Amino acid sequence: MYPRQFEYSAPASLDEALAALANNPAAKVMSGGMSLIPMMKLRLFSPAVVVDIGKIGGLDSIEDRGDHLAIGALVRHVATANSPLVQQYAAALAKAASLTGDPQVRNQGTTCGAIAHADLAADQTAAVLALGATMVAKSTGGTREIAAADFFVDTLTCALQPDEILVELLVPKAGAGEGSAYTKLGRRGGESDYAVAGAAAWVRKTNGSVDAARVALTGVGSKAVLAAAVGDALVGSDGSATAIEAASAHAAEGVNVLEDLHGSVEYKTHLAKVYVQRALTAALT
Amino acid sequence: MATTTSALGGAIRRREDPALIQGHGRYVDDIKLPGETAAAFVRSPFARAKVLSIDASEALAMDGVVAVYTAADVDSLGPLIAQLSFAPRPLLNGGEVKHVGEAVAMVVAENRYLAQDAADLVFVDYDPLEAVIDLKDAHSDRVIIHEGSESNTIISWAAPFGAEPEDQQAVRDQIEADKSRDDTVVVSQEMINQRLIPTAIEPRRVLAEWNPGYRSLNVWSSSQIPHALAGGIAVSLGLPTTSVRVIAPEVGGGFGAKLNVYNDEILVSWAAQQLARPVRWVETRREAANSTIQGRGWVGTATIVGTTDGEILGYDFDGIADMGAYTQNFTVAIPFLGLFVGSGQYKMPTYWKIDCVATNTTTTDAYRGAGRPEAVYYLERIIDMYAREIGMDPADVRNKNFIPNEAFPGAVSPIGFAMDTGDYSTNLNELLEVADYAGMKAERDAARAAGRHVGIGLSSYVEVCGFAPSGLADLGFNWATYGLPTAFNGSGLVRVNPDASATVIIGTGPSGQAHQTTWAQIVSDRLGIEVDNIVVKHGDTGDSPMGIGTFGSRSAAVDGAAAYQAADRVREKAAKLAAHLLEAAEEDVVFADGGAHVAGSPDSSVGWGDIASIAYQVHKAPEGTEPGLESEVFFTPSNATWPFGSHLAMVEVDADTGNVEILRYVSMDDCGNVINPMIVDGQVHGGIAQGIGQALFEEAIYDADGNLLSGSMVDYPIPTAGDLPAFELHRTVTPTDVNPMGVKGIGEAGTIGSAQTIVNAVVDAVAPLGVTHIDMPLRPRRVWEAIQEAR
Ligand SMILES: Cc1cc2nc3c(=O)[nH]c(=O)nc-3n(C[C@H](O)[C@H](O)[C@H](O)COP(=O)(O)OP(=O)(O)OC[C@H]3O[C@@H](n4cnc5c(N)ncnc54)[C@H](O)[C@@H]3O)c2cc1C
Repeated sequence: MYPRQFEYSAPASLDEALAALANNPAAKVMSGGMSLIPMMKLRLFSPAVVVDIGKIGGLDSIEDRGDHLAIGALVRHVATANSPLVQQYAAALAKAASLTGDPQVRNQGTTCGAIAHADLAADQTAAVLALGATMVAKSTGGTREIAAADFFVDTLTCALQPDEILVELLVPKAGAGEGSAYTKLGRRGGESDYAVAGAAAWVRKTNGSVDAARVALTGVGSKAVLAAAVGDALVGSDGSATAIEAASAHAAEGVNVLEDLHGSVEYKTHLAKVYVQRALTAALT
Repeated sequence: MATTTSALGGAIRRREDPALIQGHGRYVDDIKLPGETAAAFVRSPFARAKVLSIDASEALAMDGVVAVYTAADVDSLGPLIAQLSFAPRPLLNGGEVKHVGEAVAMVVAENRYLAQDAADLVFVDYDPLEAVIDLKDAHSDRVIIHEGSESNTIISWAAPFGAEPEDQQAVRDQIEADKSRDDTVVVSQEMINQRLIPTAIEPRRVLAEWNPGYRSLNVWSSSQIPHALAGGIAVSLGLPTTSVRVIAPEVGGGFGAKLNVYNDEILVSWAAQQLARPVRWVETRREAANSTIQGRGWVGTATIVGTTDGEILGYDFDGIADMGAYTQNFTVAIPFLGLFVGSGQYKMPTYWKIDCVATNTTTTDAYRGAGRPEAVYYLERIIDMYAREIGMDPADVRNKNFIPNEAFPGAVSPIGFAMDTGDYSTNLNELLEVADYAGMKAERDAARAAGRHVGIGLSSYVEVCGFAPSGLADLGFNWATYGLPTAFNGSGLVRVNPDASATVIIGTGPSGQAHQTTWAQIVSDRLGIEVDNIVVKHGDTGDSPMGIGTFGSRSAAVDGAAAYQAADRVREKAAKLAAHLLEAAEEDVVFADGGAHVAGSPDSSVGWGDIASIAYQVHKAPEGTEPGLESEVFFTPSNATWPFGSHLAMVEVDADTGNVEILRYVSMDDCGNVINPMIVDGQVHGGIAQGIGQALFEEAIYDADGNLLSGSMVDYPIPTAGDLPAFELHRTVTPTDVNPMGVKGIGEAGTIGSAQTIVNAVVDAVAPLGVTHIDMPLRPRRVWEAIQEAR
């Protein structure tokens, strides 16, 4: 657990941080450090420069911007989990943040960091997919918005460029008839630890029938993915238990389920169905 | 002469805790020496390979690199010494490496980061050979691991212990014959008791300093066995034992993993001598998983033949135990410790056999319970299966087959060992009562009727610890290879100082067991000196009497008894002095409240200060008094102690996911008399947690090439407080007669009682779905797969 030598910088402003990244192709952003530092200690990853954005002011707020919430780069898991705004308008994300790691991790790690890290078994990745969130990335070259559906590329790989900082996450606010939920089987059982399989669901019901639904899975493949077939199957239904069960049967359709130490393909495929069903049920109540 | 103040039995707060909790504890890494260097090891990525060449030139050329050592530099020191060492580990391997993580070179640099960088630049050319990872494959001798040996089976242990092989076979034949009786059933199951990684919160570390002037070594190590380590280093380096001083300061957990003398400890000491500079090595988590010892790793078949009304006619266990690549301190002894409790606390004839087999994996050795959790697991699982087969309550089956109270004293287990004291039925029945077993069963049945999968698991256990008697050393466990031929003695020195305080120095090596508190209570009980006025020191071979360390739940029962006796001897002398001061008869002197008085007249008293004062100024004492007020005692019990207990758990299984939730956990342990109930509860707590860890979470998983897949804490979850229910702990008290305090060991009992309690409960929960057995760990996937298979 001894990293290779690296330089450390902790700029006071976002512009300085962006400049540091632009000037050092082998630099890496650090927010909470909960994932970056262990990887450096294992020498799995050895950036030449660590740009710690933790000292930059103004990145740690959760704002209500009318039809969406904006979650800043330094908002910790615990703040996301406990925010009345997130709980009310983006319940799946609040729940996913509350189930991320243990109290130490939640006090130090950040929601944006977990999303940028793109671990295949992370929690909040599935939530932002189901909620249809947007990532705001900044570099010295400008600002761009990336839809969650386009954000997760592969295991530990996201759509950010090396010189970009994920400065905030925009989450649409749930309106009338909309609900969302997240649930998982954790690696230590119950909902504890990284997801063996987890599902986030967002559903909109109008006049007694489901007119939009988005479901995402985590832990079952190489990255968090949308389970598009579930949403398609549910739309137009009454959202009843029977309808949910029928739609959940499509959970792993088109998903590249992979085996790991925690489960076979068969088991994970089965869990995808179980957790999609549980997430949908919770989202609809 | 009697004592009225009794500190025994009091839940005195742990005196160690303020420092530990506030960050003032001093661990090896908190000790800094001027001019330190740091070591790192180059380790084999192959499970079995010939080392063709090692090129350290780039590493040596790096700024800040002090030295790179390979096998050629250290082969003259001999291999790593051990007890019963059939397959010794080279200190550094320049021939054929035998497991992933085996050390081939050691780098010493100005700091740990540079040392690691340089280690990455030592290029080793390997010729990979076929490795044998699977235990049964190794047992088949298809490929022989140690050149020159005929079999991978290093040694076999069989019981009844001490009987001739024909007589052992006769027991087995009788069991076989009983199988064909009309009124019997046979229940048999192959089970895996998986390999575990002992996970101390503080990984191992060692710091060595050579003083060329005195030609002496100071070594700080996170060790459970400071004296044996000093001996091991001395023998390896050709120094007198007295020239090596080992200090084990605060030790952050050991669980058996620090009960070894390791090659790194020898090598760091040797390098410090070569370089005449202090050398430090700090273990990484990955090294802790791959290169320190692992525990468990058995495959075996348990068979019961019993009548349809619950009488067990015979028990047969046939197993193989994974030794890993080399035999270290107690490697081959661990299955032997299992044999000790092979027939548990039951009376049925027992045949028990285990082959100790080498594989190309990390060496196994003691891990909390060490052989006993494995042995008890097989027995208590198969008893449960037998009860289910004949449709009898598992509590009734146990009660019916216990060794009865009338067998004590003098009980001898069917395996062939004399047991100290036991009262198994009372213990089990009290558990059933406090837990409301009948109510639990009703609750389970109601839950089942409502479609839930709730189960109850029960296990009794007997364990053996505080190993004795002296003759055990003749089996080879005598520390002679460490230059310290010694039986399993305890030791303690008790001194009353001129200022009326007491100093207690013990030969133990605690790693969190609160000896500073417990020993103060023992000595306070004997002398009537307040606990706050007693200082307890341990872990420094420079000032402590030779002791063999802290493991096998031995310290209180063996070393504690030594301190108890030493205190009594001090008291005997003090009584003479007090009688002189009080002008009373020695027999009338009573010790209490920090001093002594004449029986019946507490006003006529003297303090310990008065007594000490004349002990150190003997011209005021009776003619012929020797100055000083201290005693050092070595104690050898007449037997080991045999604690026992019963545990009960209620769990719920989510049949859709295989997830297990523990609803309730109730234990009834019996460790004889209790010195500090809070500390005993703490030991049981941790023990149960680790047993549940084995039952539900932990497994050292190897791939076919011998890579440890679960070598990081991401993939090797240990239970945390959040994963566990609030335990309900209870006790019965059956004192032992092998030590004067009547105390038995409690350090491992929780672990020995718990894993099968959980497995029995989970199997009970899913039995209605047709499941009869699931191998640990009962991760959700395993439970779900078992349900699918049964359907
Ligand atoms: C013991 C433990 C348990 C855990 N359990 C869980 C769990 O159950 N579920 C779960 O989902 N996660 C878990 N995690 C991971 C945790 O959520 C991390 O906090 C998170 O993955 C990373 O967040 P961070 O702020 O610490 O990011 P860092 O560690 O600082 O960074 C992680 C990666 O993201 C990049 N990055 C971070 N912030 C930004 C940014 N603003 N812009 C661009 N790139 C950025 C970094 O360059 C790095 O590559 C656990 C971690 C630990 C240590």
